[in-house]
Amino acid sequence: MQSARFLSKLTAAASATLAGIVFSFSVSASDITGAGATFPAAVYAKWAEAYRQATGKKVNYQAIGSSGGVKQIRAKTVDFGGTDAPLGEADLDAAKLVQVPTVMGGVTLVFNLPGVASGALKLDGPTSADIFRGAIQKWNDPAIARLNPGLKLPDRAITIAHRADGSGTTFVFTHYLAKQSAAFMREVGAGNSVNWPANGIGGKGNAGVATNVQKIAGAIGYVDIADAMLNRMNFVALKNKAGNFIVPSQDAVEAAAAGANFKVKGMAPDLLDQTHKNAWPITSATYILAYEAGANPDRQKGVVEFFTWSLRNGQKMAEDLGFVPLPESVVKMVEAEMKTIR
Amino acid sequence: MRAAQAPVDLHAEQVRKFKLQDFLFHQVTLAFAFLVLAALVGILISLAMEALPVFRESGPAFLWTNVWNVPEDQYGALSAIYGTVVTSIIALVIAVPVSFGIALFLTETCPVWLRRPLGTAIELLAGVPSIIYGIWGLFVFAPLFAAHVQPHLQAALGDVPVIGGWFAGPPIGIGILTAGIVLSLMVIPFVASVMRDVFETVPPALKESAYGVGCTTWEVVIHVVLPYTRVGVIGGIMLGLGRALGETMAVTFVIGNANRIVGSLYAPGTSIASTLANEFGEADPGLHISALFALGLVLFIITFVVLAISRWLIRRSVAKQGR
Repeated sequence: MQSARFLSKLTAAASATLAGIVFSFSVSASDITGAGATFPAAVYAKWAEAYRQATGKKVNYQAIGSSGGVKQIRAKTVDFGGTDAPLGEADLDAAKLVQVPTVMGGVTLVFNLPGVASGALKLDGPTSADIFRGAIQKWNDPAIARLNPGLKLPDRAITIAHRADGSGTTFVFTHYLAKQSAAFMREVGAGNSVNWPANGIGGKGNAGVATNVQKIAGAIGYVDIADAMLNRMNFVALKNKAGNFIVPSQDAVEAAAAGANFKVKGMAPDLLDQTHKNAWPITSATYILAYEAGANPDRQKGVVEFFTWSLRNGQKMAEDLGFVPLPESVVKMVEAEMKTIR
Repeated sequence: MRAAQAPVDLHAEQVRKFKLQDFLFHQVTLAFAFLVLAALVGILISLAMEALPVFRESGPAFLWTNVWNVPEDQYGALSAIYGTVVTSIIALVIAVPVSFGIALFLTETCPVWLRRPLGTAIELLAGVPSIIYGIWGLFVFAPLFAAHVQPHLQAALGDVPVIGGWFAGPPIGIGILTAGIVLSLMVIPFVASVMRDVFETVPPALKESAYGVGCTTWEVVIHVVLPYTRVGVIGGIMLGLGRALGETMAVTFVIGNANRIVGSLYAPGTSIASTLANEFGEADPGLHISALFALGLVLFIITFVVLAISRWLIRRSVAKQGR
């Protein structure tokens, strides 16, 4: 899906224009379109299909990337936009947009060290940041050895597997590392694409990174939890704020959300490094953007209906795809927030 | 008088009709031809316009600055240009001799029954979509290359001065060298089939008279076939080079996508086309997008220069032949 981003980008402008023309006569008023982040595309597609079967109404979501989603909703070519990088309060107010989370996920560190099993390698935030900024170059570095007493670490070069394409996964992961280390923020930076060190190798999409890690002995990389589980990869046990080493799971992501305060404008609290004792430190949510007051009331209502239905009926579908549903309390808040979409 | 005049009028009318037809035909084909020109100029102008902000920011230094730092909004094209040029050179260094051999075998020494199946196989290879080469390169070739070729190359050549540095670093199977080798496989069918076609145009009388005076096959090829077909051979090589420079998907899979220059060919790098494919989708508006358009413009210009050089080579070689 991610590998199609370049094409989708090129066609985004064209399809946006086309959508305007086509939709004006061929699509009934209740059909809605959205565009944006690729990360939740699988779950939105699943929801849309189930929603169509249940209600007969169509929802069309184009996975063109988070920045594309924000661009399209600002250009008023779609009914809702999807983004992994939430907009801030000022941006939401300026563009008169409503932002709510839909599902959660997490980014996990995966590695390939012959003889070391999944979950056996322990790392903490600062050490991970030092690895990913190129300050730690060998697996038998004292900083890694100190966290792993009893584990036999080889004298092997570390290869960093990172995303080659701009990505929300990179956005979340680098923001986590930047919180752990000022040096990481200074040298590598945080964002959709960053300035990786010299022992890095770029792969396209989560699948590309997963492949590189699996093919290169001595590699460490980051992928979203769903992809890591799908590919049966070796997880790093990462130390969380409470001091426990956590192996990523859907429960650990839920634990992180439980401690977060969603009662903020835009409903985008910082989910990184939560204090719950079982919280997975690199947790994130994905968001949709809609207009406070849209030009077409039917479509505005359609957006609210679709996501209300999905949050009520689609939690199991999201779980099956490796995503983590929002906690019940947050779902109630999302429903309240969506009342402002008119 | 009247009776005599009528056929003349008819004739004139017919001529006028034909003239009109010719005129329309000319105009329509002219419009088609200008469509190409308009598209070319349009692409060039839009690339240049979008690239303007980054050139305004860093000036022509964009071309030779070795930095690609998105969070800091600093962009330079050197690492991408380096990757594009080096992978293409590796591809040609491998592809040209191999293609030459293939074409020679097919036209000079191949048993007749084998000619067709071999020729068809080469043409089929040319038709394989580039993404297939990329997937094969990443999943099949790179692991084998890392395990069985790279360590031995390093052991054999690692200590040789100058060349040794090319094979330094961990053998991870993905990088500039792998990209060059995969590109060479993609280029070989093009270069080989063009070479075969032009070798076949050599008049048998020329070759037979050379054989007649006792020349070996090698002597015939070097002194008769090659001089006769020089233009076509250069054209074929340039066609291959053009494909190698612009190849996107296959390179993206195996080059490692790292925006930097490391002396070693084992190290990951990036090419212009792969950088565009990777970063366009989520590029931040502003300088990042502009830098990507500027890269596109650079690739356009490199391709244009290659084309110009090949034209010049062909013209020079034609002139030489005339003498």
